[in-house]
Amino acid sequence: MTDSERRQLLHDLLQKQENGGLKPRDRYEIPPQDMPEQDPVVRAGNVNEVATGYTETHARIEALRCLGCKNAPCVNGCPVRIRIRDFVVEIAEGRYEQALSIIKENSLLPAVCGRVCPQENQCQLTCTVGKRFKDPTRAVSIGRLERFVADRDGRSESVPAVAAETGKKVAIVGSGPGGIVAAADTRRAGHEVTLFEAFHKPGGVMVYGIPEFRLPKAIVQNEIDTLAKMGVKIVCNFIVGKTRTVQQLLEEDGFDAAYIGVGAGLPNFMGIEGESLVGVYSANEYLTRANLMKAYGYGSCADTPIARSKAVAVVGGGNVAMDAARTALRLGAEKVYLVYRRTEKEMPARIEEVHHAKQEGIEFHILQSPKRILGDQNSQVTGVECLKYELGEPDDSGRRRPVAIEGSEFTIDLDTVIIAIGNKPNPLISQTMPELEITKWGTIVVNEETMATSVPGVFAGGDIVSGAATVILAMGQGRIAAAGINEYLAKKDK
Amino acid sequence: MSHRIVSKKQLSEDVFTAKVEAPLVAQARRPGQFVIISLNNEYAERIPLTIAGVDLREGTISLIWQRVGKTTAELSDLQPGDEIANVAGPLGNPTELEKFGTVVCVGGGIGLAPLLPIAEALKAIGNRIISIIGARNKELLILEEEFARTSDELIITTDDGSEPLAELCQAEPKPDKVFAIGPAIMMKFCCDVTRQFDVPTEVSLNTIMIDGTGMCGGCRIEFDGKAKFVCVDGPEFDGHKVNFDLMMKRLSAYKSAEQKEHERYKDHRCKVSEIKEKE
Ligand SMILES: Cc1cc2nc3c(=O)[nH]c(=O)nc-3n(C[C@H](O)[C@H](O)[C@H](O)COP(=O)(O)OP(=O)(O)OC[C@H]3O[C@@H](n4cnc5c(N)ncnc54)[C@H](O)[C@@H]3O)c2cc1C
Ligand SMILES: Cc1cc2nc3c(=O)[nH]c(=O)nc-3n(C[C@H](O)[C@H](O)[C@H](O)COP(=O)(O)OP(=O)(O)OC[C@H]3O[C@@H](n4cnc5c(N)ncnc54)[C@H](O)[C@@H]3O)c2cc1C
Ligand code: SF4
Ligand code: FES
Repeated sequence: MTDSERRQLLHDLLQKQENGGLKPRDRYEIPPQDMPEQDPVVRAGNVNEVATGYTETHARIEALRCLGCKNAPCVNGCPVRIRIRDFVVEIAEGRYEQALSIIKENSLLPAVCGRVCPQENQCQLTCTVGKRFKDPTRAVSIGRLERFVADRDGRSESVPAVAAETGKKVAIVGSGPGGIVAAADTRRAGHEVTLFEAFHKPGGVMVYGIPEFRLPKAIVQNEIDTLAKMGVKIVCNFIVGKTRTVQQLLEEDGFDAAYIGVGAGLPNFMGIEGESLVGVYSANEYLTRANLMKAYGYGSCADTPIARSKAVAVVGGGNVAMDAARTALRLGAEKVYLVYRRTEKEMPARIEEVHHAKQEGIEFHILQSPKRILGDQNSQVTGVECLKYELGEPDDSGRRRPVAIEGSEFTIDLDTVIIAIGNKPNPLISQTMPELEITKWGTIVVNEETMATSVPGVFAGGDIVSGAATVILAMGQGRIAAAGINEYLAKKDK
Repeated sequence: MSHRIVSKKQLSEDVFTAKVEAPLVAQARRPGQFVIISLNNEYAERIPLTIAGVDLREGTISLIWQRVGKTTAELSDLQPGDEIANVAGPLGNPTELEKFGTVVCVGGGIGLAPLLPIAEALKAIGNRIISIIGARNKELLILEEEFARTSDELIITTDDGSEPLAELCQAEPKPDKVFAIGPAIMMKFCCDVTRQFDVPTEVSLNTIMIDGTGMCGGCRIEFDGKAKFVCVDGPEFDGHKVNFDLMMKRLSAYKSAEQKEHERYKDHRCKVSEIKEKE
């Protein structure tokens, strides 16, 4: 569809709506609006954002696909219960500011969530339009609409109002999405809030993990700037558990409550032969070098090096694996293989990322898994020996268990292997807090209504509680925890 | 938080020491721990440096570093009053200090910097300290005076230290414990010696790091056949179980690229100083 055709379509739809309204049948017929994106060949050579976002015309047409269902099933699919139907209807009417304020009732970071939420497993999974087409990718594109109104707001100068100072001090540990929301909400209640971050830059996984081409750093920085304007003190290079312990913060430094949102940062390795060879990276290391440390600029501006690979295998099937594979491509790799031991259907990555990865030329090797990594006399990786798999009976997660096919070994020649098979919680804090109750996986045990931990005054949320999960879940828990903290501090008064 | 350099000294051709403001790190630090520093927020590399000592009254930590590449060269060009943008720590596990009896401390090159606080602490709790300190040549030797003060016996060598170490191990009674810190190859040779005589040997490993908190795995080594992260499981390990050959390969993973970067920085520096001279 050309731009002028699209404008014509919107015009016709609006006219029809005025003359008697759009019937559900009419709405089903409206073509789903794809988001404009950079050409796959061009974008594989740059780090700019892949999807460039809806125009107003796109957005209003897409919003007109919404049926305005009475029971709004989309809302039930949203982990933080954004009033989706209501904001989509506002967009259809062209009332973007209203749409944004409806979203902001429940979500503080719409520009982020619109980009990275796995909508096809959440709001778009339950959307009536998607159900009708039996395909969540043909549901109303709720995420793209959310992104549209958030981006339109631009670098919003508006700073949320802060209540009168309470004189109470709150420590937020970790500056990921959960920490950002918890900091904002406790600050709004008038507490003196300090946000501690171990790295030299705040933002958590949104800064060191998720690449620029999917989530521009400026968006995250904007949120951090807003926190600073609200009066949140941001302290980087502060490793809680090392620089100071939680106990010291509470007992010696005058903090009245703490939120622990340190994420699940420890990379899993496979435990196979050759995993410490030169050229084997965890996805965390690879992405941190490329994103946070800007290794793509090594030799021109940045000081942190990264392997300049010809052929790369990424092991895994989640968002992290897609990000690593697409980053390798942008760093100049000629061949990038994605090795996953189940099938595409079981991949936990967002559908859009899988689609983009394929478009860009990532080669999918499904039902395969490395058995060992091969190296030369310099311990430099030369290849990986894989086994083929087939799907057997379902396992605990309900997904069919992959079973290795005996004798199916084969070798892929390459020079870099990136392991992206999940992360687990970092024990740095729990090691220094024996009284903090944790599960056998190392995640922190909380009361889900308040996110309070077993230690009075200490709350937790995000990946350190749920295990590696999502931005929106972390945000949701950050918000519940902030409410929990605000209530705890109000009671502490008396 | 600002991290001002309060004083700086050149110890040998390529070795420098400085006291840097970092009151919280100074307070929390115990011997054996390190910091990760970087010189600006956008493009600088993060590098680990051992905390060689602290001054609690001043709120400073001392660092001792050897100019080997771009970042350490840039650091060497900073002057008192300048700031180090980022200092994070203290990281890693502190040295397990115990009364062993007779302890041999073998240090090579810049490894003498992390070794000194350990030797001092061991001495303070009543160990007998024999130090073997070395450098490629006598001019490059640092901290000789400090080691002389701390040690009951001091041996100076221009080799990797494994020969005098072997002699000590052959004597009766043999030492109860060895600490070896220096270039990977030196630690490897020392461990080869002490393994023969069954003398427990602690080494401090200097792998490439990024975060220093267990998050990237870039610092991993093979220990007793299994992967360990130097930043959170170390930096000190039972040297008899470390796969040094693999560790050395990993250390040189970016060698040629880094040499180029360092050359480029030196070039740039020459040009800058030429311009300054002209002015
Ligand atoms: C590559 C990648 C891609 C992803 N893609 C998506 C996606 O598309 N959609 C999605 O919904 N989710 C995605 N996720 C998952 C999502 O990013 C996380 O679930 C989310 O960021 C968790 O938020 P959090 O609040 O727990 O904190 P995190 O973002 O995990 O941040 C924790 C912060 O705490 C800091 N910290 C750790 N220890 C300490 C300490 N001791 N003291 C002080 N600070 C500390 C860390 O440095 C970090 O900055 C992705 C994750 C990765 C790694
Ligand atoms: C726990 C720990 C404590 C350390 N303490 C000290 C200290 O107190 N003083 C000190 O001078 N150095 C110390 N190091 C080593 C120091 O971190 C490196 O010398 C530094 O990272 C080099 O950075 P660069 O940019 O100057 O050089 P680069 O350009 O990064 O490297 C230059 C050359 O040095 C080699 N190299 C790179 N990293 C290391 C490394 N970690 N160790 C040895 N060689 C390396 C490379 O192969 C390269 O050829 C420590 C390392 C660790 C892990
Ligand atoms: S379920 Fe879909 S069609 Fe129904 S209100 Fe929600 S977004 Fe609109
Ligand atoms: S430096 Fe990243 S895990 Fe050790």
